[in-house]
Amino acid sequence: MFPRPIQERSRSRQLMYKVALPISLIIWLLPMIAIVATAGRSLSDLNRGNYWGMPSEWAFIENFAKVFGSSSIGTYLLNSVIITLPSIAGALFLSTLAGAGLALYKFRGRFLILALFIAGNFVPFQILMIPVRQLTLDLGVYDTYWGVILFQIAFQTGFCTFFMRNFIAELPFELVEAARAEGVGEWQILVHIIVPLVRPALAALAVLQFTFIWNDFFWPLILIQSDELRPITLGLTVLKGQYISSFNLLAAGSLIAALPPVMMFFAMQKHFIAGLTLGASKG
Amino acid sequence: MTEIQVLSNSRRRTGSTFLRKHQLIIAPVAFITPAFAMFSLFVIYPIIQSIGLSFVEWQGIGPQTWVGLDNYRELLGDPVFWKALTNNVYWLVLFLLAPVLGLFIALFLNQNVFGIRLVKSLFFFPFVVSQIVVGLVFAWFYDPAFGLLATMLEPLGVKFPAILSNENWATFGIILAGLWPQTAYCMILYLTGLNSVNPEVIEAARLDGAKGWRLLVNIVLPQLRAATFIAVVVTIIGALRSFDLVAIMTGGGPYNSSNVLAYYMYDNAIFRYRMGYASAIATILFLIMDLYIAWFLMRLLKNEKGSR
Repeated sequence: MFPRPIQERSRSRQLMYKVALPISLIIWLLPMIAIVATAGRSLSDLNRGNYWGMPSEWAFIENFAKVFGSSSIGTYLLNSVIITLPSIAGALFLSTLAGAGLALYKFRGRFLILALFIAGNFVPFQILMIPVRQLTLDLGVYDTYWGVILFQIAFQTGFCTFFMRNFIAELPFELVEAARAEGVGEWQILVHIIVPLVRPALAALAVLQFTFIWNDFFWPLILIQSDELRPITLGLTVLKGQYISSFNLLAAGSLIAALPPVMMFFAMQKHFIAGLTLGASKG
Repeated sequence: MTEIQVLSNSRRRTGSTFLRKHQLIIAPVAFITPAFAMFSLFVIYPIIQSIGLSFVEWQGIGPQTWVGLDNYRELLGDPVFWKALTNNVYWLVLFLLAPVLGLFIALFLNQNVFGIRLVKSLFFFPFVVSQIVVGLVFAWFYDPAFGLLATMLEPLGVKFPAILSNENWATFGIILAGLWPQTAYCMILYLTGLNSVNPEVIEAARLDGAKGWRLLVNIVLPQLRAATFIAVVVTIIGALRSFDLVAIMTGGGPYNSSNVLAYYMYDNAIFRYRMGYASAIATILFLIMDLYIAWFLMRLLKNEKGSR
C-alpha cells in the first residue's frame, strides 16, 4: 500500500492525521456548507448584515416553503425528472444493443464505429448547437421536452455504447459460443444471456447518466424557451434574477437542485464510481 | 447450461431459415443501426453542417450567403476572439492543477482509518453538484460587499477586490470554481488507481530503500499511468468545454475579459444572430479539441485492438 499505512507510523503522526482529516474535509466542503447554512438563514439575520456569522435562528422550513410558494421551482424539478428519466432509458436501451453488436461480432469497421461513438462524446457542444437547434425545429420538437430528450438519448448513447461494449467484451465469450452451438438465435442470446449479465453495468450507467443529464445546463438553454418547460438548472438562473438580494432563498433553491443527484450518488456510490473510473485501474 | 437448452428448444419457432443462416451478419447490423442512426443524426451530421455554416453568412432564418473564408478572416482581426482564446489557454494550463491536486488528496485519503469511506465520498461529491450551483456559491464567496472572503478579510483591514467584475481577475475566479469539482473527479480516478497498485512491487522497492518522494515518482506513478492519462485528457477537454460557469458567473464580462470560445460562440449565435461567424468559432474550438480527442482515441484503440 502507498502511502505507508498510518497505523505503522508513530502515535503523534496518527494523531496529526486524525486531526487533519476532518479539518481538510471542512475546508474542502466549505462551498457546500455555505449553501446549507445560507439556505437556513433567516431574513432578519440577512437584514442585519449577518451573512456568514453564527445564525441567530434557523429558518430552513420557512425558506423552503417560501421558495416553493413564490417561484416555479416545483415545476422546474418536475421538468428535470420528465427530461432525465426517458433520456436514461433510451440511452441505455440503444447502447446495450449497440454495445453487444460491437462486442460480440467481428466485422470490418467495428473499431471505426466505436471510435466515432467515443470521439463524438468529447466534441464541444457548440459545434452541434446551431444544426441541432435547427433539427429540432424541423422535427417540430423545438421548445418541447422531446427535443432535449431526443438529443440526450443520441448524445449519451456515445459514451454508453463505449461503456457497454467494454463490459460485454469482458464477459466469458464461451457462453455465447455454447449458445450458438446449440442453435440459439442471436436475439435470444442478447436477451437471455447478455442482458442478465450486464445489469451492474446498466446500474452504473444509469446513476452516471442521471447526474449528467440532471445537471446539464446547455441543451435545455438552447432547445427550450418556455418557462413552464425549464428544468431545474435553467430554473436556477430564473431564481437568481428573482431573488436578487434574498440569498437565503437562492441558496435554498440551489440546495433543492443539488439534492437529487447527490442522493443518487450516495445511494448508488459503488456503481457510480465503477462507472466513472472505467479504465483508471488498467495498466 | 440448462437455460441454453431451453432456449435451443424454442429456436424452431423463431425466424425463417434465411434469417437464421445469416444472423451473424444481420444481428450486428440490426443491433448497431438504431444507436448509430441517432448518433449520426444528432452528433456526426451536425458537426459537418456546422463546418459548412462557417463559410456562410446567415441570421438563423432567411437565405444563407456563401462568404468563403471571410468569417475566419474576420476572426483573425477580432480582439474578443483572441481574448477568448487566451482565456481558454489559461483554463487549460491552470486546469491541469486538478490532476496534481487530485493525486495529492488521493494519497492523503488512501488510508484505512475509521470513517474513511465516508470521507472519500464527501471529498468526491462536489463533482455531483451542478456547475450552476458551484458557480452561484463561488460568486457569493467573491462578492466584494457581503461575500465570505470579503467578510473574513475585513477585520484584518484588507479590502477584498471585486474579483468577478475585475478585468484582470474574473477568469481566474471562474477557473478556481471549476477546479473544485474537477479536482474531486481526478481524486476519485487516482483513488481507484491506487487500489490496484501492486503491493509487492511497493514492498520490494521499500526493501531496496526507496521511500517518500522517490518511491512515489519512480515506482507508484508509473503504475498510475492509466489513471493519469484519463485524468489529464478529461481535464483538458473539460477546460476547453468550459461554458456553464462562465455563463452563470460573469456572462463573459466585464468587457469580454472572462470570455472563452464556447461562450463567445453562443453569444454570437443567440444574441447577435451571426450563425456563420459563430460556426467559425465553434469549428476552431472543435479543431483544437480534435487534437486531444485523437490522442485519447489512439491510446484507447491501441489497447483495444490487443483484446478481442
